[in-house]
This record gives sequence, structure tokens and C-alpha cells, in this order.
Amino acid sequence: MVQGGYKFHQYQVAGRHLPTEKEPEPTIYRMKLWATDPVRAKSKFWYFLRKLRKVKKTHGQVLSINEIFERRPTTIKNFGIWVRYQSRTGYHNMYKEYRDTILNGAVEQLYQEMGSRHRARAPVIQIIKTATVPAAMCKRDNTKQFHDSKIKFPLTRRVLRPSSRQHKTVFKAARPNVAMF
Amino acid sequence: MPFTRYVEIGRVAMINYGKENGKLVVISDVVDQNRALVDRPDEVRRVVSFKRLALTDFKVEIPRLARKSVLKSALEESDAFNKFHASSWGKKLESRRAKAATTDFDRYKASVKKTQRGRAIQAAIKKLGK
Repeated sequence: MVQGGYKFHQYQVAGRHLPTEKEPEPTIYRMKLWATDPVRAKSKFWYFLRKLRKVKKTHGQVLSINEIFERRPTTIKNFGIWVRYQSRTGYHNMYKEYRDTILNGAVEQLYQEMGSRHRARAPVIQIIKTATVPAAMCKRDNTKQFHDSKIKFPLTRRVLRPSSRQHKTVFKAARPNVAMF
Repeated sequence: MPFTRYVEIGRVAMINYGKENGKLVVISDVVDQNRALVDRPDEVRRVVSFKRLALTDFKVEIPRLARKSVLKSALEESDAFNKFHASSWGKKLESRRAKAATTDFDRYKASVKKTQRGRAIQAAIKKLGK
């Protein structure tokens, strides 16, 4: 199953300080992060590492970088995402919940929502942590309302859409019926 | 008028856009207010937006995230896909498809048939008028 289609991919980057005489076996740090490609993932890795530990790119090395794919892309999970972002006034921490089949989809939803609700662009958003949250521990009503094996709701409005782009028209000969049944 | 077609687990829906236009799927789980996880016996389960689904009158009795074997037997038992094709909506789609598939020669044959029929009717009317 193709898991693509999303802008951000999850990468696992492992790196360390270069071995020195004083420290022949430096600690290896591993980070899971979201980036559009491996090059940007490495750049983000160094950005976070130099903030968290005394390791910089000039005296460091990346040992491995792998892309991480979802194990079960055919079941729906509740993803909790802890996020930090810079607004026009300061830094804020946030917790958000999304329902999706893959984590990258949830992260995509996060970036879209941060953009729309808070006008936060991708570079100012930092994902602190993600987790698959069991249904009983979900916090947001918008995710909880779908925890129902007998879920039932109507689609209330139909927007008439052509079956393909080439059939798209601006004007219709007859007024479309938008009622749902 | 109350609603008769609901988004629920087991609801048969039709994909109404793109290459898969007209394909029938069964709702396996609801992701959120905009998307559902849909399944088909011969395909991998996946997410489809409600904007690209048209709900049908038919429903199969399956649990949430049903296995392929369960789905298959439920579909065979309820015969929902065939029932849809036999319904007026299904017939309309089929006739549209048949018309789109006609060749120029087919259409010519149909027009010849139509003229012949018209002439026969005219002849019969003339006979009655005499």
C-alpha cells in the first residue's frame, strides 16, 4: 500500500559528536522527525541537537538516516501530537489529537490546522512528541465522538461534482438537486 | 423528509470521481467527519473522502474493521452489490455506460432501425385513414 501523498515524511536520524582523544566513544543520539526529504531531515536533526546537547554539525557526524513507514496503514488510530510553535507574540506548547490511518497523515493535518487556526508556517512548528493514544485516554471531543462501533450519521449536503475534471462546467442547464436521501 | 442513507459501518457506497467512478465499496470504519475507511473484497482497505462517495440504500451486516473473509461472506449473503446493479440507480449507470460504449456503426444501426419503425408506423396510419 502506498503511504505517500503527504508533504512531510518521518525520518529517524542517528548522529554523534566526532570521536576525540578525550571522548573516543561519544554518545549516539537518535531522533525521529518530520521533514520533506532526507537532506532537510539531517538539517533539522542538527538544529535540534545543538539546542539540546553540546553537539554541532561542524564537529559531528550523521551515522544513519532511515525513513519510517506506518506498520498498519489499514487501521485507524488516534494520534496525539505535542507541539511547540512560535506565534507573533511568543512560544506556545500545544497538544492536539487527530484520527488517521498513518502518523504522517496526522502530522499533515497538524501542519494544516496550525496554518489555518494560528497562521503558523511550517518552519516555526516543532513537533515535541507523538503517540498513539488508546480510545479511553483521548481528550478531545472531536476524536471521542468517533469512538463508536455503531456510529451513524447522515451526510447533510450534497455538492454536485463531476465524475472527472473534463466534465467540469461553470453553468448547468438544469438546477442541481443538492438534497441528500 | 428524514434521511434514509446514513454513514454507518457496513454501508455500501459508490465512488463518484475519477478512474474508479462507479466502483462500489463498503464503509469499514469512520476516520472523521470528512473521511471513511472503505473496503472491497478484492482491494486493500483505504481512506476515501465523503466528497468522493455517494451513499446507497444498501447495507451489509459487518463489524468494525471486518476481515476480508467476513466481508466477502456478508456481501455474498446480502447480495448488496448485485441488488444495487438491479436498482434503478444501477440500471441508469449501466445504460449510460452502454451508450458511451457504442461505436459509430452501432449508432448507425440504431438510426436505421428507428427510420424503419417510423415508416412502418406511418404506413399503418395511412391504412387506417383510408
